[in-house]
Amino acid sequence: MSLLEVEGLNSYYGDSHILFDVSMRVEKNEVVALIGRNGAGKSTTLKSLMGVVRPRTGSIRLEGEELAGRKAHAVARRGMQLVHEDRRIFGSLNVEENIILAGLTAENRWPLDRIYEMFPRLKERRTSRGTDLSGGEQQMLAIARALVRDPRVVLLDEPFEGLAPVIVRDLMRACQDLARAGQTIVLVEQNLAATLALADRVYIINNGHIAHEGPASELKKQPELLQRYLGV
Amino acid sequence: MVNWANFISQCFNGLVLGALLALIASGLTIIYGTLGVLNLAHGAMFMLGGYAGWLAYTYTDSFIAAMVVGSLFVMLAGVVTERLIIRHFYARPPEDQLLVTFGLGIVFVELVRFFFGSLSRTTPPPAMFQGITNLGFMVYPTYRLAALGIVAIALLVLYFVLYKTRLGMIVRAGIEDSVMVDSLGIDVYKVFMLVFGIGAMAAGFAGIVNAPVVSIAPDVGEAILVQTFVVVVIGGVGSFPGAIIGGLIAGEIISITSMFNPAYSYVMLFVAMTLVLVLRPHGLLGTAGRE
Repeated sequence: MSLLEVEGLNSYYGDSHILFDVSMRVEKNEVVALIGRNGAGKSTTLKSLMGVVRPRTGSIRLEGEELAGRKAHAVARRGMQLVHEDRRIFGSLNVEENIILAGLTAENRWPLDRIYEMFPRLKERRTSRGTDLSGGEQQMLAIARALVRDPRVVLLDEPFEGLAPVIVRDLMRACQDLARAGQTIVLVEQNLAATLALADRVYIINNGHIAHEGPASELKKQPELLQRYLGV
Repeated sequence: MVNWANFISQCFNGLVLGALLALIASGLTIIYGTLGVLNLAHGAMFMLGGYAGWLAYTYTDSFIAAMVVGSLFVMLAGVVTERLIIRHFYARPPEDQLLVTFGLGIVFVELVRFFFGSLSRTTPPPAMFQGITNLGFMVYPTYRLAALGIVAIALLVLYFVLYKTRLGMIVRAGIEDSVMVDSLGIDVYKVFMLVFGIGAMAAGFAGIVNAPVVSIAPDVGEAILVQTFVVVVIGGVGSFPGAIIGGLIAGEIISITSMFNPAYSYVMLFVAMTLVLVLRPHGLLGTAGRE
Protein backbone atom coordinates (compact mmCIF):
# COMPACT_ATOMS: atom_id res chain seq x y z
CA MET A 1 0.00 0.00 0.00
CA SER A 2 1.33 3.43 -1.00
CA LEU A 3 1.30 6.29 1.48
CA LEU A 4 -1.01 8.30 -0.77
CA GLU A 5 -3.25 6.69 -3.35
CA VAL A 6 -5.44 8.75 -5.66
CA GLU A 7 -7.90 7.08 -8.00
CA GLY A 8 -10.32 8.46 -10.57
CA LEU A 9 -10.35 12.02 -9.24
CA ASN A 10 -12.78 14.38 -11.00
CA SER A 11 -12.88 18.03 -9.90
CA TYR A 12 -14.86 20.98 -11.19
CA TYR A 13 -14.92 24.75 -10.84
CA GLY A 14 -18.64 25.43 -11.11
CA ASP A 15 -19.66 23.59 -14.27
CA SER A 16 -16.14 23.49 -15.70
CA HIS A 17 -14.63 20.03 -15.57
CA ILE A 18 -10.95 20.49 -14.59
CA LEU A 19 -9.61 17.08 -13.54
CA PHE A 20 -10.53 13.93 -15.47
CA ASP A 21 -10.05 10.63 -13.66
CA VAL A 22 -6.70 11.64 -12.20
CA SER A 23 -4.93 8.72 -10.55
CA MET A 24 -1.55 8.77 -8.87
CA ARG A 25 0.33 7.25 -5.99
CA VAL A 26 3.02 8.55 -3.69
CA GLU A 27 5.28 6.28 -1.66
CA LYS A 28 6.59 7.15 1.77
CA ASN A 29 9.78 9.29 1.71
CA GLU A 30 9.27 9.97 -1.99
CA VAL A 31 9.31 13.31 -3.82
CA VAL A 32 6.77 13.25 -6.62
CA ALA A 33 6.47 16.11 -9.08
CA LEU A 34 3.39 17.07 -11.05
CA ILE A 35 4.32 19.02 -14.14
CA GLY A 36 2.40 20.42 -17.08
CA ARG A 37 1.52 23.61 -18.92
CA ASN A 38 -0.29 26.51 -17.27
CA GLY A 39 -3.93 25.61 -16.69
CA ALA A 40 -3.29 21.87 -17.03
CA GLY A 41 -4.78 21.18 -13.58
CA LYS A 42 -1.68 20.91 -11.40
CA SER A 43 -2.78 23.32 -8.67
CA THR A 44 -6.34 21.99 -8.81
CA THR A 45 -4.96 18.52 -8.15
CA LEU A 46 -3.16 19.73 -5.02
CA LYS A 47 -6.23 21.70 -3.86
CA SER A 48 -8.40 18.64 -4.43
CA LEU A 49 -6.02 16.48 -2.38
CA MET A 50 -6.17 19.07 0.43
CA GLY A 51 -9.96 19.41 0.36
CA VAL A 52 -9.83 23.10 -0.58
CA VAL A 53 -11.55 22.05 -3.82
CA ARG A 54 -14.06 19.25 -3.28
CA PRO A 55 -13.66 16.52 -5.89
CA ARG A 56 -17.03 15.29 -7.18
CA THR A 57 -15.88 11.73 -7.63
CA GLY A 58 -12.79 9.70 -6.93
CA SER A 59 -10.82 8.43 -4.03
CA ILE A 60 -7.96 9.91 -1.99
CA ARG A 61 -6.49 7.50 0.52
CA LEU A 62 -3.76 8.48 2.96
CA GLU A 63 -2.33 5.32 4.57
CA GLY A 64 -5.55 3.63 3.55
CA GLU A 65 -7.84 6.23 5.12
CA GLU A 66 -10.33 7.82 2.74
CA LEU A 67 -10.04 11.62 2.63
CA ALA A 68 -12.08 12.53 -0.47
CA GLY A 69 -14.97 14.81 0.46
CA ARG A 70 -13.51 15.82 3.82
CA LYS A 71 -13.06 19.47 4.70
CA ALA A 72 -9.57 20.99 4.57
CA HIS A 73 -9.13 21.12 8.35
CA ALA A 74 -9.96 17.40 8.61
CA VAL A 75 -7.49 16.58 5.81
CA ALA A 76 -4.83 18.71 7.56
CA ARG A 77 -5.41 16.85 10.81
CA ARG A 78 -4.86 13.52 9.03
CA GLY A 79 -1.38 14.67 7.99
CA MET A 80 -1.63 16.42 4.62
CA GLN A 81 -0.48 20.02 4.31
CA LEU A 82 -0.66 22.32 1.31
CA VAL A 83 1.70 25.26 0.77
CA HIS A 84 -0.45 27.45 -1.45
CA GLU A 85 0.91 28.98 -4.63
CA ASP A 86 0.06 32.50 -3.38
CA ARG A 87 1.55 31.72 0.08
CA ARG A 88 -1.48 33.15 1.94
CA ILE A 89 0.55 34.53 4.85
CA PHE A 90 -1.49 36.23 7.57
CA GLY A 91 -0.21 39.77 7.14
CA SER A 92 -1.50 41.13 10.46
CA LEU A 93 0.19 38.33 12.43
CA ASN A 94 3.92 38.27 12.96
CA VAL A 95 6.18 35.44 11.81
CA GLU A 96 6.06 33.58 15.11
CA GLU A 97 2.28 33.95 15.41
CA ASN A 98 1.87 32.55 11.89
CA ILE A 99 3.91 29.48 12.87
CA ILE A 100 2.23 29.02 16.27
CA LEU A 101 -1.22 29.31 14.69
CA ALA A 102 -0.30 26.64 12.14
CA GLY A 103 0.77 24.24 14.87
CA LEU A 104 -2.22 24.73 17.17
CA THR A 105 -4.09 21.58 16.19
CA ALA A 106 -1.09 19.46 15.17
CA GLU A 107 -0.54 16.19 17.04
CA ASN A 108 3.26 16.28 16.77
CA ARG A 109 4.36 19.81 16.15
CA TRP A 110 7.93 20.80 15.44
CA PRO A 111 9.56 22.96 18.12
CA LEU A 112 10.13 26.53 16.97
CA ASP A 113 13.89 26.02 17.26
CA ARG A 114 13.77 23.30 14.62
CA ILE A 115 11.89 25.62 12.27
CA TYR A 116 14.38 28.43 12.90
CA GLU A 117 17.28 26.03 12.37
CA MET A 118 15.92 25.26 8.93
CA PHE A 119 15.10 28.89 8.15
CA PRO A 120 17.45 31.14 10.21
CA ARG A 121 16.07 34.17 8.36
CA LEU A 122 12.66 33.59 9.96
CA LYS A 123 14.25 33.72 13.42
CA GLU A 124 15.72 37.12 12.58
CA ARG A 125 12.31 38.31 11.39
CA ARG A 126 10.19 36.52 14.02
CA THR A 127 8.53 39.69 15.31
CA SER A 128 7.92 41.15 11.85
CA ARG A 129 4.39 41.20 10.53
CA GLY A 130 3.60 39.03 7.53
CA THR A 131 3.00 42.08 5.36
CA ASP A 132 6.54 43.33 6.03
CA LEU A 133 8.28 40.21 4.69
CA SER A 134 9.90 39.89 1.28
CA GLY A 135 8.56 37.35 -1.20
CA GLY A 136 11.31 34.87 -0.31
CA GLU A 137 10.72 35.26 3.42
CA GLN A 138 6.99 34.78 2.89
CA GLN A 139 7.68 31.57 1.00
CA MET A 140 9.95 30.33 3.80
CA LEU A 141 7.19 31.13 6.27
CA ALA A 142 4.57 29.37 4.15
CA ILE A 143 6.74 26.22 4.10
CA ALA A 144 7.55 26.58 7.81
CA ARG A 145 3.82 26.81 8.58
CA ALA A 146 3.31 23.49 6.84
CA LEU A 147 6.32 21.77 8.43
CA VAL A 148 5.47 22.81 11.99
CA ARG A 149 2.52 20.41 11.75
CA ASP A 150 4.95 17.54 11.04
CA PRO A 151 2.82 16.42 8.08
CA ARG A 152 3.01 13.00 6.50
CA VAL A 153 2.72 14.58 3.04
CA VAL A 154 3.59 18.15 2.07
CA LEU A 155 2.01 19.52 -1.09
CA LEU A 156 4.18 22.33 -2.50
CA ASP A 157 2.47 24.48 -5.11
CA GLU A 158 5.00 26.49 -7.15
CA PRO A 159 7.32 27.23 -4.21
CA PHE A 160 9.95 28.97 -6.35
CA GLU A 161 7.63 31.11 -8.46
CA GLY A 162 8.57 34.78 -8.74
CA LEU A 163 11.59 34.52 -6.43
CA ALA A 164 15.13 35.77 -6.99
CA PRO A 165 17.64 33.06 -8.02
CA VAL A 166 19.54 33.36 -4.73
CA ILE A 167 16.31 32.74 -2.77
CA VAL A 168 15.39 29.85 -5.05
CA ARG A 169 18.79 28.33 -4.31
CA ASP A 170 18.23 28.60 -0.55
CA LEU A 171 14.72 27.17 -0.79
CA MET A 172 15.95 24.36 -3.05
CA ARG A 173 18.54 23.49 -0.41
CA ALA A 174 15.86 23.45 2.27
CA CYS A 175 13.64 21.19 0.13
CA GLN A 176 16.56 18.86 -0.58
CA ASP A 177 17.32 18.66 3.15
CA LEU A 178 13.68 17.82 3.77
CA ALA A 179 13.68 15.13 1.09
CA ARG A 180 16.88 13.63 2.48
CA ALA A 181 15.29 13.59 5.93
CA GLY A 182 12.50 11.45 4.49
CA GLN A 183 9.75 14.02 4.11
CA THR A 184 7.20 12.91 1.53
CA ILE A 185 6.57 15.74 -0.92
CA VAL A 186 4.25 16.32 -3.86
CA LEU A 187 5.68 19.19 -5.87
CA VAL A 188 4.13 21.38 -8.52
CA GLU A 189 6.71 23.68 -10.10
CA GLN A 190 7.27 25.45 -13.43
CA ASN A 191 11.03 25.48 -12.94
CA LEU A 192 11.82 22.19 -14.69
CA ALA A 193 15.47 22.05 -13.69
CA ALA A 194 14.58 22.48 -10.01
CA THR A 195 11.77 19.96 -10.32
CA LEU A 196 13.91 17.27 -11.89
CA ALA A 197 16.68 17.90 -9.36
CA LEU A 198 14.27 17.34 -6.48
CA ALA A 199 11.85 14.71 -7.70
CA ASP A 200 12.17 10.94 -7.66
CA ARG A 201 9.17 10.42 -9.90
CA VAL A 202 7.18 12.66 -12.21
CA TYR A 203 3.60 12.81 -13.42
CA ILE A 204 2.82 14.92 -16.47
CA ILE A 205 -0.68 16.34 -16.46
CA ASN A 206 -2.24 17.64 -19.66
CA ASN A 207 -5.69 19.24 -19.88
CA GLY A 208 -6.69 17.61 -16.61
CA HIS A 209 -5.56 14.10 -17.65
CA ILE A 210 -2.49 12.26 -16.41
CA ALA A 211 -0.49 11.84 -19.63
CA HIS A 212 2.73 10.27 -18.37
CA GLU A 213 4.28 8.78 -15.28
CA GLY A 214 7.90 7.78 -14.75
CA PRO A 215 11.17 8.32 -12.90
CA ALA A 216 12.48 11.89 -13.02
CA SER A 217 15.87 10.67 -14.21
CA GLU A 218 14.30 9.18 -17.35
CA LEU A 219 12.32 12.25 -18.27
CA LYS A 220 15.48 14.14 -19.18
CA LYS A 221 16.16 11.47 -21.81
CA GLN A 222 12.74 11.93 -23.40
CA PRO A 223 12.84 15.39 -25.03
CA GLU A 224 9.81 14.52 -27.19
CA LEU A 225 7.67 14.22 -24.03
CA LEU A 226 8.92 17.55 -22.69
CA GLN A 227 8.28 19.14 -26.09
CA ARG A 228 4.79 17.67 -26.45
CA TYR A 229 3.46 18.41 -22.97
CA LEU A 230 5.56 21.26 -21.70
CA GLY A 231 6.73 22.97 -24.89
CA VAL A 232 10.39 22.85 -23.83
CA MET B 1 -28.21 78.77 22.36
CA VAL B 2 -24.68 77.40 21.96
CA ASN B 3 -22.29 78.13 24.80
CA TRP B 4 -19.06 76.69 26.09
CA ALA B 5 -20.67 74.58 28.88
CA ASN B 6 -23.20 73.21 26.42
CA PHE B 7 -20.44 72.35 23.95
CA ILE B 8 -18.38 70.49 26.56
CA SER B 9 -21.47 68.63 27.71
CA GLN B 10 -22.27 67.59 24.13
CA CYS B 11 -18.67 66.45 23.66
CA PHE B 12 -19.10 64.16 26.66
CA ASN B 13 -22.42 62.91 25.27
CA GLY B 14 -20.62 62.23 21.99
CA LEU B 15 -17.93 60.30 23.86
CA VAL B 16 -20.52 58.07 25.57
CA LEU B 17 -22.45 57.51 22.32
CA GLY B 18 -19.19 56.95 20.45
CA ALA B 19 -17.99 54.35 22.94
CA LEU B 20 -21.30 52.50 22.64
CA LEU B 21 -21.13 52.64 18.84
CA ALA B 22 -17.54 51.44 18.98
CA LEU B 23 -18.56 48.39 21.01
CA ILE B 24 -21.50 47.54 18.74
CA ALA B 25 -19.41 48.15 15.61
CA SER B 26 -16.60 45.93 16.97
CA GLY B 27 -19.05 43.04 17.00
CA LEU B 28 -20.33 43.82 13.52
CA THR B 29 -16.89 44.28 12.03
CA ILE B 30 -15.39 41.04 13.38
CA ILE B 31 -18.48 39.13 12.18
CA TYR B 32 -18.19 40.57 8.68
CA GLY B 33 -14.42 40.31 8.64
CA THR B 34 -14.38 36.65 9.66
CA LEU B 35 -17.59 35.22 8.23
CA GLY B 36 -18.04 37.57 5.28
CA VAL B 37 -21.67 38.05 6.31
CA LEU B 38 -23.10 41.57 6.62
CA ASN B 39 -25.32 40.99 9.61
CA LEU B 40 -28.40 43.19 9.32
CA ALA B 41 -29.76 41.53 12.48
CA HIS B 42 -27.01 43.20 14.52
CA GLY B 43 -29.31 46.04 15.61
CA ALA B 44 -31.81 43.44 16.81
CA MET B 45 -29.04 41.90 18.95
CA PHE B 46 -28.53 45.32 20.55
CA MET B 47 -32.28 45.42 21.26
CA LEU B 48 -32.33 41.83 22.57
CA GLY B 49 -29.54 42.73 24.99
CA GLY B 50 -31.55 45.67 26.29
CA TYR B 51 -34.63 43.52 26.85
CA ALA B 52 -32.73 40.57 28.33
CA GLY B 53 -30.98 42.94 30.74
CA TRP B 54 -34.24 44.68 31.62
CA LEU B 55 -35.93 41.32 32.30
CA ALA B 56 -33.03 40.10 34.42
CA TYR B 57 -33.05 43.38 36.34
CA THR B 58 -36.81 43.13 36.89
CA TYR B 59 -36.38 39.74 38.57
CA THR B 60 -33.13 40.34 40.45
CA ASP B 61 -32.93 44.10 41.08
CA SER B 62 -29.25 43.75 40.26
CA PHE B 63 -27.65 45.64 37.39
CA ILE B 64 -24.64 43.33 37.45
CA ALA B 65 -26.97 40.34 37.06
CA ALA B 66 -28.65 42.20 34.20
CA MET B 67 -25.30 42.67 32.44
CA VAL B 68 -24.21 39.06 32.93
CA VAL B 69 -27.54 37.40 32.07
CA GLY B 70 -28.25 39.78 29.21
CA SER B 71 -24.82 39.29 27.63
CA LEU B 72 -24.91 35.52 27.93
CA PHE B 73 -28.45 35.39 26.54
CA VAL B 74 -27.51 37.39 23.46
CA MET B 75 -24.36 35.34 22.96
CA LEU B 76 -26.47 32.19 23.09
CA ALA B 77 -28.98 33.74 20.69
CA GLY B 78 -26.09 34.54 18.33
CA VAL B 79 -24.63 31.04 18.53
CA VAL B 80 -28.01 29.37 17.94
CA THR B 81 -28.79 31.72 15.04
CA GLU B 82 -25.44 30.96 13.44
CA ARG B 83 -25.82 27.21 13.87
CA LEU B 84 -29.41 27.01 12.65
CA ILE B 85 -29.53 29.63 9.92
CA ILE B 86 -26.46 31.72 9.09
CA ARG B 87 -24.14 28.76 8.40
CA HIS B 88 -26.35 27.69 5.50
CA PHE B 89 -25.70 31.02 3.80
CA TYR B 90 -21.87 31.17 3.81
CA ALA B 91 -21.63 29.90 0.25
CA ARG B 92 -24.66 31.86 -0.95
CA PRO B 93 -24.50 35.24 -2.73
CA PRO B 94 -24.25 38.38 -0.53
CA GLU B 95 -27.80 39.43 -1.40
CA ASP B 96 -29.12 36.18 0.12
CA GLN B 97 -27.10 36.86 3.28
CA LEU B 98 -28.47 40.39 3.49
CA LEU B 99 -32.04 39.17 3.03
CA VAL B 100 -31.80 36.43 5.63
CA THR B 101 -30.18 38.63 8.28
CA PHE B 102 -32.68 41.43 7.51
CA GLY B 103 -35.48 38.90 7.95
CA LEU B 104 -33.96 37.60 11.18
CA GLY B 105 -33.86 41.16 12.52
CA ILE B 106 -37.58 41.55 11.80
CA VAL B 107 -38.36 38.20 13.46
CA PHE B 108 -36.46 39.17 16.64
CA VAL B 109 -38.17 42.58 16.81
CA GLU B 110 -41.64 41.11 16.32
CA LEU B 111 -41.01 38.32 18.81
CA VAL B 112 -40.09 40.91 21.45
CA ARG B 113 -43.11 43.01 20.49
CA PHE B 114 -45.31 39.90 20.81
CA PHE B 115 -44.07 39.06 24.31
CA PHE B 116 -43.46 42.54 25.77
CA GLY B 117 -45.59 44.93 23.70
CA SER B 118 -44.54 48.11 21.92
CA LEU B 119 -44.31 50.32 25.00
CA SER B 120 -40.84 51.44 25.93
CA ARG B 121 -39.19 49.97 29.03
CA THR B 122 -36.72 51.58 31.38
CA THR B 123 -33.93 49.96 33.30
CA PRO B 124 -32.90 52.24 36.18
CA PRO B 125 -29.20 52.83 36.66
CA PRO B 126 -27.55 51.12 39.64
CA ALA B 127 -28.05 53.06 42.92
CA MET B 128 -24.37 54.00 43.17
CA PHE B 129 -24.45 55.61 39.72
CA GLN B 130 -27.65 57.61 40.11
CA GLY B 131 -27.71 61.41 40.24
CA ILE B 132 -25.14 63.84 38.89
CA THR B 133 -21.43 64.35 39.36
CA ASN B 134 -19.71 67.71 39.59
CA LEU B 135 -16.62 67.55 37.37
CA GLY B 136 -15.48 71.02 38.38
CA PHE B 137 -16.11 72.57 34.98
CA MET B 138 -19.61 71.09 34.60
CA VAL B 139 -22.09 68.72 36.17
CA TYR B 140 -22.81 65.51 34.32
CA PRO B 141 -25.11 62.49 34.87
CA THR B 142 -23.14 59.98 36.92
CA TYR B 143 -24.48 56.94 35.07
CA ARG B 144 -23.26 58.29 31.71
CA LEU B 145 -19.76 58.56 33.15
CA ALA B 146 -20.12 55.04 34.52
CA ALA B 147 -21.40 53.81 31.15
CA LEU B 148 -18.29 55.26 29.53
CA GLY B 149 -16.12 53.33 32.00
CA ILE B 150 -18.10 50.11 31.60
CA VAL B 151 -17.89 50.24 27.79
CA ALA B 152 -14.19 51.10 27.95
CA ILE B 153 -13.63 48.00 30.13
CA ALA B 154 -15.70 45.89 27.70
CA LEU B 155 -13.59 47.15 24.79
CA LEU B 156 -10.41 46.36 26.73
CA VAL B 157 -11.68 42.82 27.36
CA LEU B 158 -12.48 42.47 23.66
CA TYR B 159 -9.01 43.80 22.82
CA PHE B 160 -7.46 41.26 25.20
CA VAL B 161 -9.44 38.41 23.64
CA LEU B 162 -8.58 39.48 20.09
CA TYR B 163 -4.90 40.33 20.58
CA LYS B 164 -3.70 38.31 23.56
CA THR B 165 -5.40 34.93 23.25
CA ARG B 166 -5.12 32.05 20.82
CA LEU B 167 -8.79 32.42 19.94
CA GLY B 168 -8.10 36.05 19.05
CA MET B 169 -5.14 35.03 16.93
CA ILE B 170 -7.38 32.61 15.02
CA VAL B 171 -10.08 35.27 14.62
CA ARG B 172 -7.59 37.85 13.31
CA ALA B 173 -6.20 35.29 10.90
CA GLY B 174 -9.73 34.31 9.90
CA ILE B 175 -10.57 37.93 9.13
CA GLU B 176 -7.72 37.87 6.60
CA ASP B 177 -8.13 34.43 5.10
CA SER B 178 -10.55 31.88 6.54
CA VAL B 179 -9.69 29.32 3.84
CA MET B 180 -6.06 29.30 4.98
CA VAL B 181 -7.09 28.97 8.62
CA ASP B 182 -9.12 25.90 7.64
CA SER B 183 -6.13 24.52 5.69
CA LEU B 184 -4.08 24.69 8.89
CA GLY B 185 -6.28 22.15 10.63
CA ILE B 186 -8.52 24.60 12.47
CA ASP B 187 -12.25 23.98 12.09
CA VAL B 188 -13.13 27.40 10.78
CA TYR B 189 -16.88 26.77 11.14
CA LYS B 190 -16.52 26.44 14.90
CA VAL B 191 -14.59 29.70 14.85
CA PHE B 192 -17.41 31.30 12.83
CA MET B 193 -19.93 30.18 15.46
CA LEU B 194 -17.88 31.65 18.29
CA VAL B 195 -17.24 34.89 16.43
CA PHE B 196 -20.93 35.32 15.70
CA GLY B 197 -21.69 34.71 19.37
CA ILE B 198 -19.02 37.16 20.57
CA GLY B 199 -20.10 39.78 18.01
CA ALA B 200 -23.74 39.46 19.04
CA MET B 201 -22.74 39.63 22.71
CA ALA B 202 -20.87 42.90 22.10
CA ALA B 203 -24.04 44.43 20.62
CA GLY B 204 -26.22 42.95 23.36
CA PHE B 205 -23.93 44.21 26.12
CA ALA B 206 -24.07 47.70 24.61
CA GLY B 207 -27.88 47.40 24.61
CA ILE B 208 -27.87 46.64 28.34
CA VAL B 209 -25.50 49.50 29.20
CA ASN B 210 -27.53 51.89 27.05
CA ALA B 211 -30.89 50.89 28.60
CA PRO B 212 -30.67 53.30 31.57
CA VAL B 213 -29.68 56.15 29.21
CA VAL B 214 -32.40 55.70 26.59
CA SER B 215 -35.49 53.60 27.32
CA ILE B 216 -35.80 50.51 25.14
CA ALA B 217 -38.49 49.60 22.62
CA PRO B 218 -38.61 46.73 20.11
CA ASP B 219 -37.36 48.91 17.24
CA VAL B 220 -34.53 50.56 19.21
CA GLY B 221 -31.96 48.67 17.15
CA GLU B 222 -32.98 50.07 13.75
CA ALA B 223 -31.38 53.50 14.12
CA ILE B 224 -28.33 52.09 15.87
CA LEU B 225 -27.81 49.58 13.02
CA VAL B 226 -27.48 52.37 10.46
CA GLN B 227 -25.07 54.30 12.67
CA THR B 228 -23.05 51.15 13.30
CA PHE B 229 -22.66 50.43 9.60
CA VAL B 230 -21.39 53.96 9.08
CA VAL B 231 -18.89 53.42 11.92
CA VAL B 232 -17.63 50.20 10.33
CA VAL B 233 -17.24 51.88 6.94
CA ILE B 234 -15.41 54.86 8.46
CA GLY B 235 -13.10 52.69 10.55
CA GLY B 236 -12.47 50.04 7.89
CA VAL B 237 -14.26 46.73 7.53
CA GLY B 238 -12.74 44.02 9.71
CA SER B 239 -10.64 46.42 11.78
CA PHE B 240 -11.18 46.42 15.56
CA PRO B 241 -9.12 49.61 16.14
CA GLY B 242 -10.99 51.11 13.18
CA ALA B 243 -14.33 50.37 14.85
CA ILE B 244 -13.19 52.21 17.99
CA ILE B 245 -11.90 55.26 16.12
CA GLY B 246 -14.93 55.25 13.80
CA GLY B 247 -17.29 54.96 16.77
CA LEU B 248 -15.74 57.90 18.58
CA ILE B 249 -15.78 60.05 15.42
CA ALA B 250 -19.42 59.15 14.70
CA GLY B 251 -20.48 59.79 18.31
CA GLU B 252 -18.93 63.25 18.32
CA ILE B 253 -20.34 64.17 14.90
CA ILE B 254 -23.87 63.16 15.94
CA SER B 255 -23.68 64.92 19.32
CA ILE B 256 -22.03 68.15 18.21
CA THR B 257 -24.25 68.51 15.13
CA SER B 258 -27.32 67.89 17.32
CA MET B 259 -26.30 70.90 19.39
CA PHE B 260 -26.83 73.14 16.37
CA ASN B 261 -29.57 71.27 14.55
CA PRO B 262 -30.48 67.63 15.35
CA ALA B 263 -32.01 67.20 11.91
CA TYR B 264 -28.55 67.47 10.36
CA SER B 265 -26.77 64.97 12.61
CA TYR B 266 -27.29 62.07 10.18
CA VAL B 267 -26.46 64.29 7.22
CA MET B 268 -23.10 65.16 8.77
CA LEU B 269 -22.48 61.52 9.63
CA PHE B 270 -22.93 60.50 6.01
CA VAL B 271 -20.86 63.46 4.83
CA ALA B 272 -18.02 62.20 7.04
CA MET B 273 -18.45 58.67 5.68
CA THR B 274 -18.39 59.94 2.10
CA LEU B 275 -15.25 61.95 2.77
CA VAL B 276 -13.51 58.90 4.24
CA LEU B 277 -14.58 56.73 1.31
CA VAL B 278 -13.24 59.28 -1.16
CA LEU B 279 -9.92 59.76 0.64
CA ARG B 280 -9.43 56.22 1.96
CA PRO B 281 -11.71 53.77 0.14
CA HIS B 282 -10.98 50.97 2.64
CA GLY B 283 -11.76 53.13 5.67
CA LEU B 284 -9.36 54.77 8.11
CA LEU B 285 -7.71 51.54 9.27
CA GLY B 286 -9.08 49.00 6.80
CA THR B 287 -7.14 46.99 4.26
CA ALA B 288 -8.05 45.96 0.74
CA GLY B 289 -10.48 43.08 0.16
CA ARG B 290 -11.03 39.86 2.02
CA GLU B 291 -10.91 36.26 0.87
